[in-house]
Amino acid sequence: MSSNLKWKAVFIIAVILVCFVGLIGIPDAPKSLAVLKSNFTNRIKLGLDLQGGTHLILQVQVQEAVSQETDQVLDNITKALRDKTIRYDELRKLNDTQILVHNIAPEQAGTARNLISDQFPDWDITPAPGEPSGYLLTMKASHIADIQQRTMDQAEETIRRRIDALGLTEPLVAPYGQGEHEIIVELPGEGDPNRAKSVIQAGGQLELHLVVDSTPYSSEAAVMAAHGGVLPPNSQLVQGKSSASASGLQSAESWYVVDRVPVVTGRDLRSATAVRSTKNIGFFDVDFTLSTDAGRRFGPFTEQNIGKQLGIVLEHRLQTAPTINGRIDDSGVIEGQFGEQEANDLGLVLRSGALPASIKYLEERTVGPSLGADSIRHGVQASIVSLLVVMIFMVVYYRLSGVNAIVALILNLIILLAALAYFGAVLTLPGIAGVILTIGMGVDSNVLIFERIREELRASKAPVSAVDQGFKRAFLTIIDTHVTTVVSALFLGLFGTGPVRGFAITLVIGLLANLFTSVYVSRVIFDWHLAELPREAELSI
Amino acid sequence: MNFFKQVDLDWMGKAKFFFALSFLLLAAGVASIAAHHGLFYGIDFKGGTVVDVRFATPPSVDTIRNGLTQQGVNNFTIVPVSDISNPNSNEVLINLEEKGEGSEALDAGKTAILNALHATLGSGEAGKQDFNAAGPSAISDVLVRKDPLSLGAAAGDRYTQLARQLVTFRDKNRGGVLTNLNDLSAASANAATIAALRDSFYTSNFAIVNVEIVGPKVGSELRRQAVVVTLYALGGMLVYIAFRFEWVYGAAAVLAVFHDVLITLGLFSIFHFEISLTVIAALLTLVGYSMNDTIVIFDRIRENMRLMRREPFKAIVNRSINQTLSRTILTSGLTFLTVLVLFIMGGQVLRAFSFALVVGIMVGTYSSFGIAAPLVVAWNQWRDQGATSAVTGTAAGNKLRKT
Repeated sequence: MSSNLKWKAVFIIAVILVCFVGLIGIPDAPKSLAVLKSNFTNRIKLGLDLQGGTHLILQVQVQEAVSQETDQVLDNITKALRDKTIRYDELRKLNDTQILVHNIAPEQAGTARNLISDQFPDWDITPAPGEPSGYLLTMKASHIADIQQRTMDQAEETIRRRIDALGLTEPLVAPYGQGEHEIIVELPGEGDPNRAKSVIQAGGQLELHLVVDSTPYSSEAAVMAAHGGVLPPNSQLVQGKSSASASGLQSAESWYVVDRVPVVTGRDLRSATAVRSTKNIGFFDVDFTLSTDAGRRFGPFTEQNIGKQLGIVLEHRLQTAPTINGRIDDSGVIEGQFGEQEANDLGLVLRSGALPASIKYLEERTVGPSLGADSIRHGVQASIVSLLVVMIFMVVYYRLSGVNAIVALILNLIILLAALAYFGAVLTLPGIAGVILTIGMGVDSNVLIFERIREELRASKAPVSAVDQGFKRAFLTIIDTHVTTVVSALFLGLFGTGPVRGFAITLVIGLLANLFTSVYVSRVIFDWHLAELPREAELSI
Repeated sequence: MNFFKQVDLDWMGKAKFFFALSFLLLAAGVASIAAHHGLFYGIDFKGGTVVDVRFATPPSVDTIRNGLTQQGVNNFTIVPVSDISNPNSNEVLINLEEKGEGSEALDAGKTAILNALHATLGSGEAGKQDFNAAGPSAISDVLVRKDPLSLGAAAGDRYTQLARQLVTFRDKNRGGVLTNLNDLSAASANAATIAALRDSFYTSNFAIVNVEIVGPKVGSELRRQAVVVTLYALGGMLVYIAFRFEWVYGAAAVLAVFHDVLITLGLFSIFHFEISLTVIAALLTLVGYSMNDTIVIFDRIRENMRLMRREPFKAIVNRSINQTLSRTILTSGLTFLTVLVLFIMGGQVLRAFSFALVVGIMVGTYSSFGIAAPLVVAWNQWRDQGATSAVTGTAAGNKLRKT
């Protein structure tokens, strides 16, 4: 064997070893076959479609966070203008990202504009169309994108904390899709999505609002009637919690008018725990403590509003509206007639931080463990049978050279699996489609090369030059087919989501591995065989 | 062994037949799609709820239907799952059309179906989990907590192993439906273990093996995305082939692949297969496969154009197809066998998926010599007729930028 060939063989063996280490770890002793097997099953991560489990896709309503920011800014501008005693008729939220100032006193317009562009750099101020001294404040697009991104990050983080608190095995929480503000939650092996869902769903958007009208209304229309069709400025309508309706009976509605801007939100919470209710025997309440900073705001606020009601609004529903009896600095209680589990989960949700915006479910899939096992069994059986068919055919048709093709194919699969293990990629059903295409193209590469070698042999070339020419000629074709497919797979991987991407990843890895095995490894085996072969002997192909 | 030594077939002379055949196939597919008002989209693309229920004994579809109607569920279909490898499976799919947006609407269908099943077929027990829906981790959690074998603190691994055994027994020996926890004694669970499980789990004579709920917005978004991404991928291939060969070759290859996808979709409509996300993966596979096949032939044409400068282009193409014929038949034959095995043995989850591949490999192979190559020839003829050159239709007239 020439030294060149020797080094190539060493390189190939090194690659194989690296692959084995990736798949089963370094075998410490021959006895640990079971360990190797379990290493293998641990390293090849199966997708939910093969393993069973729950898959949820939810959408974060980021627009809510933008709208909230606008509310907050509206409040701050009101204060800022008041501090500078700038007169104006009305300051109004036009939509989620725009605020309209009506009729600023003309001589103060300049001051107002400077003030706003100084203190609120994230807002553009332009003259309102059709009004001589009205101004339109618009949130800058970059700031909107910022808020949306922050909201997404925060939502993802919050959901992850909550899911982790449930103590399931290897849950996945990750952003999903492109720019649709979606999050994917995968719970492998979890057959019942309900608890996870209710914990995520709980949203935990806790807000404490001052109640404007002391008595609740029975319908939205009643509220409007009481206020002459227009809500009082800076107030909003909140529906009360419907009392428990397991029977499905529609309970009486209640509506409250509350201040638009909350005094305290879930973000200000330091802790929240479930406690036995002292008022409603047999039920549970949730005690909460505020952060020092929020307590500093809450103290004076409660002092000023003694005798008024404070609405505790959870997830846009008013739970209770206790009357403020005295100054409260940093604690409170949510009385919601909760059951124990419900109160515990609510405590967990509040502790893990509020979701910055509510969420909507777009998709839920629960694959039972037995279906996943069925798919694997069928898939593996079918793959083995078809691999055997291919192998037998290759040996019958190409004789000794067929063995070459088999080595290349098996090595290809090993590299593919090892790469999946190293990258921590997940094998899914569409991924198996990628594997099938890889096998197909692997067979094709071998057939192309062998047919080419046969052609050269028919043209009465010596085995050595026939192999050389065969590989050279077929290589051009193989490169073209592979690059074309890799190009398309790259597009699929970049722009596709979920299943399409899973397909693309296995395909790209498989094709690269195939270039290595069918061309490089196969060539080395041929060269080695030719070096051993007597000069006049024929090539077994 | 060698099947094909010297073949000399006039492929391009039959181009008209190929075009006619493709036209017929396309027309049949389009007619079927039109007659059914579009393709049969699976839940992935149209939204809705699918509940896959497996029973211990053959289920009565009527009983299930009545149970559902009593619970006020409408617009549902019940499809028994039958399988070539397992014709008497005790499995049904309950499909529910999408009703509205929002989390409540998404959940309502599933809850109603589950309630109906429990009401008609034996109920679950409050505060317990369905054993047939439990994974190994849920079972081992219970066992660790109850510790029926009194193993103490170091019991984790032992119970994990036991839980795996029980699940394997349920899924393999009982097809996923265990009707009585006592049966677990056959899977090396002792009385104390079974009693511990009984405290936390109930069994019934059916198991929910799969639930899918997809909102309508996701569905249409996915459909749009699948189409857009595939078009990007085709565009990428077109550019690469145009760069390596000539733009006509790229266009012809992409048209041929398009033709393959359309025919496959038509056959999906004719045979009433649903288009799901996995089918999209299969279609992408077919795109890759067909493209591969076409490029092999184009590559040979490119090579032969240098060797046979005086020959008419048509003859070069014929020669190239003939030269690659044995490779084409071997590769296609082997890949076809592979997916055929998958189609027969792959189980119901892979059925539509492998159907797409079985069809796709046949159509993809055919389109390489039946569509892509004739298109290039046709374009060459059209161009040469337009030109007044004396060297009409010879390879010398066909420039190739790159070799």
